[in-house]
Amino acid sequence: MTLETIAVVAIAASLVVGALFTLVAGIGLLKLNGAMPRLHAPTKAGTLGIGAFLMASMIHSWTYDEGSLHELLIMGFLFVTAPVTANFLAKVNIHRRDCDTPPEPPRDDTWSTLLVPVPDQEQDQDQAQGQA
Amino acid sequence: MTLATDLMTWALYGAFAVVAVAQIMAMIRLWVGPNTGDRILALDTMFINAIGLIVLLGIYQGTRIYFEASLIIAMLGFISTVAYARFVLRGDIIE
Repeated sequence: MTLETIAVVAIAASLVVGALFTLVAGIGLLKLNGAMPRLHAPTKAGTLGIGAFLMASMIHSWTYDEGSLHELLIMGFLFVTAPVTANFLAKVNIHRRDCDTPPEPPRDDTWSTLLVPVPDQEQDQDQAQGQA
Repeated sequence: MTLATDLMTWALYGAFAVVAVAQIMAMIRLWVGPNTGDRILALDTMFINAIGLIVLLGIYQGTRIYFEASLIIAMLGFISTVAYARFVLRGDIIE
């Protein structure tokens, strides 16, 4: 009886925390100006919000059902993939020059992120010969 | 006891509303976003919010049948975001 009350209050607290973080992510995505500041809001807060929701789901299933730890799988997957996604999006922003570009490298080098891919010339020649 | 259950139910309703509002905010950013990176980020956020909505629906109905759906949506969101980013970066997805 008392344990169930504590569990229900814990579920409610987790839901409120998750909703708060999700709302912060949405507001940050809308309000921040600049590509890189906008990148910082949802990749952290969105994942924390989902973590709190999954925690609420786990407590709920342990309280009213026979319990499950499956939610840990989604949580771990999101925690692993969120930094990878953020890294890729930061590279996209640098590549499109939507933020401060890095300083020029020494000698005649260029940054690989800023490199614009050139079409494969041999393939173009093959296609030209095929058409001719 | 009844008070605690009421608290949980109202927290669930509030969470539904807040995640829906966050989803709409991400959609606005997807619509107006000036850069390509912003649009990809908004899509990724919409994927994450969709997982949250599905998890909340699972809590609301007291079932576990939505677990696989949310896991698959999480994987699809990551893969699609990486594919978009690779396409912008390299001009090709699989080289």
